Amino acid sequence: MTDAPDPRSGKLRLDYELIESMVPEGARVLDLGCGDGRLLADLIARKGCVGRGIEIDDEAVLACLQRGVPVYHGDMLEGLGGYADGHFDVAILSQTLQQASDPPAVIGDMLRVAERAIISFPNFGHWSIRLRLLLGGRMPQTTALPHEWFSTPNVHLCTVKDFRAFCESRHLCRSEEIYLTPRFRRISPVLANWRAGMAIVQIRRCDGPCTWQGPSASTAGGGRKRDGVSEGTRTPDPLDHNQVL
Amino acid sequence: MSIDDAVPISEGSRLGGPESVGLIVPQTVTFAEPPDEMPLDCGRRLGPITLAYETYGTLSPAADNAVLILHALSGNAHAAGWHAPDDRKPGWWDIVIGPGKAFDTRRYFVVCSNILGGCKGSTGPASVNPATGKPWGLDFPMVTMADMVRAQARLADHLGIGRWLSMAGGSMGGFQALEWTVRYPARVASAILMATSARLGAQAIAFDEVGRQAIMADPNFRGGAYYGGEPPRAGLAIARMIGHITYLSDGRMHEKFGRRLQDRDRLGYDFRTEFQVESYLRYQGDAFVRRFDANAYLYITKAMDYFDLAEGRGSLVEALEAARAAFLVLSITSDWLFPTAQSKEIVRALKANGLATTFLELDSPHGHDAFLLPNPALASAVAGFLENIQRQVRAGSAEPPDENPGKEGRP
Repeated sequence: MTDAPDPRSGKLRLDYELIESMVPEGARVLDLGCGDGRLLADLIARKGCVGRGIEIDDEAVLACLQRGVPVYHGDMLEGLGGYADGHFDVAILSQTLQQASDPPAVIGDMLRVAERAIISFPNFGHWSIRLRLLLGGRMPQTTALPHEWFSTPNVHLCTVKDFRAFCESRHLCRSEEIYLTPRFRRISPVLANWRAGMAIVQIRRCDGPCTWQGPSASTAGGGRKRDGVSEGTRTPDPLDHNQVL
Repeated sequence: MSIDDAVPISEGSRLGGPESVGLIVPQTVTFAEPPDEMPLDCGRRLGPITLAYETYGTLSPAADNAVLILHALSGNAHAAGWHAPDDRKPGWWDIVIGPGKAFDTRRYFVVCSNILGGCKGSTGPASVNPATGKPWGLDFPMVTMADMVRAQARLADHLGIGRWLSMAGGSMGGFQALEWTVRYPARVASAILMATSARLGAQAIAFDEVGRQAIMADPNFRGGAYYGGEPPRAGLAIARMIGHITYLSDGRMHEKFGRRLQDRDRLGYDFRTEFQVESYLRYQGDAFVRRFDANAYLYITKAMDYFDLAEGRGSLVEALEAARAAFLVLSITSDWLFPTAQSKEIVRALKANGLATTFLELDSPHGHDAFLLPNPALASAVAGFLENIQRQVRAGSAEPPDENPGKEGRP
């Protein structure tokens, strides 16, 4: 079982490898919820990246220190603070979106400090989860989401369709999408919301006409700006995170 | 220094043990001989200046493994090892300095420097004023963190250390480390800041001032000219008692003393020492008087009060623009004298400048003093940080700061 969840970081090897492949050489990378720093250490060593992490678990921070990965001990929003606008090329949020207390604020600040964000998350729309709820009538538990309803850290689960709608409503281009089955086999985007156990999506702000012609181009932001939210809105009001997008 | 007076000495750290740096001979260096006195921030010049220091381990031929230890208010240069076989305890940070310890003396050349203005072998108010042949007393010029660091730079020159691999300091030691990184950026590859701040806050200044007033209100103080007579013991003891309270935590004091009575079974309804915590504080005060000079206490607390890294440099972000070091910033959950928020303020400014920074809040009930006590997470953090910095420096791959990191990020 080479695809078994890594017990120490709670992250998945294939997820790491795919994300690593999406990061260009020499990029400046911020990893939110970086765990023991494995991904960043690999990016630094193999791709000459400049890496920074944010991690709330102190044992994991110590592991990052052993790997030579600079890391901020704290929650994601606090860890994002202080970095200058556009400081990073890529911000990564691997398997943690559903645990964020305020996902729009986190994604908003990721795209403040970085040009692009790579976000991976478990798809709550997978057929097996739907079936469990439909037929079993209980909160679904799966390999990727093993918790009981009363103890789950996953407070903001979403489906592939939810995430796409979110991006559209916030004028974010999805410039790359990768879908995996629950057994971590890569699949096409066809019926991804039924078939995918996990999604890895790269997003960026849509600053002009969206030129990306990938599988979901028809639904991507399209370059329009609604609600008078101009590009690169960088409001100084931290309570205004939702408007940043 | 701590509530647990005797930090247990491990077998390996005893004299002759495999984790001890062994018998240490204190050293001094003297510079700034007239007419080349050292200019000070206050506008006066001072010389000659003597600094006391100790070294542990061996400087590499390339002089690239030197680590400077910077002590806090009441510290001294004796950070590790033993001065004599019958010493009761080793240097003040022996728990982390030695073979196989966090500051591993098999890998690093560790230097601990006393401070200008102190009373532990370095030039300070108790030293003889060459102009009068008498102790300086309050005629000693006011010194600042920057002055202390300028003097330490002369020590580095003396030791042939062009660039420190790292430097580490808690509390006031962190002030000096921060000052080093912006005053001599090319000479500091990395810095470890513990339980510190980029400026002394109003609350801490207030505690310092109460301590100073206690000293100066002592009839024996006599304007600081008490040398040769009775020193202001009562005032200095009170200053120490106040300071000591701020180094602890409410939880830890309650756990250690509670409301237990000292040498009695019931309340006496008088003003003699009744509670254990009173007895403990008096003991701390009395012990401090025997080893510290009241004038030095005045000067050093004043230097702490003056410290504000941003002073004269714009904002804190602008102040740290000069720095080129990698940073490890450690705060302590129960530290209310230098609370975590103050460490985070430093970290924000370091991040805004694109400097490689690790921040870790250590979970400890021991208050401000926790960095002086055994703490596996602290030791692990320091050891891992130093090993990686040394590897990067030796590989020539130490991460340069971003060329154009931008200014202050969003607040």
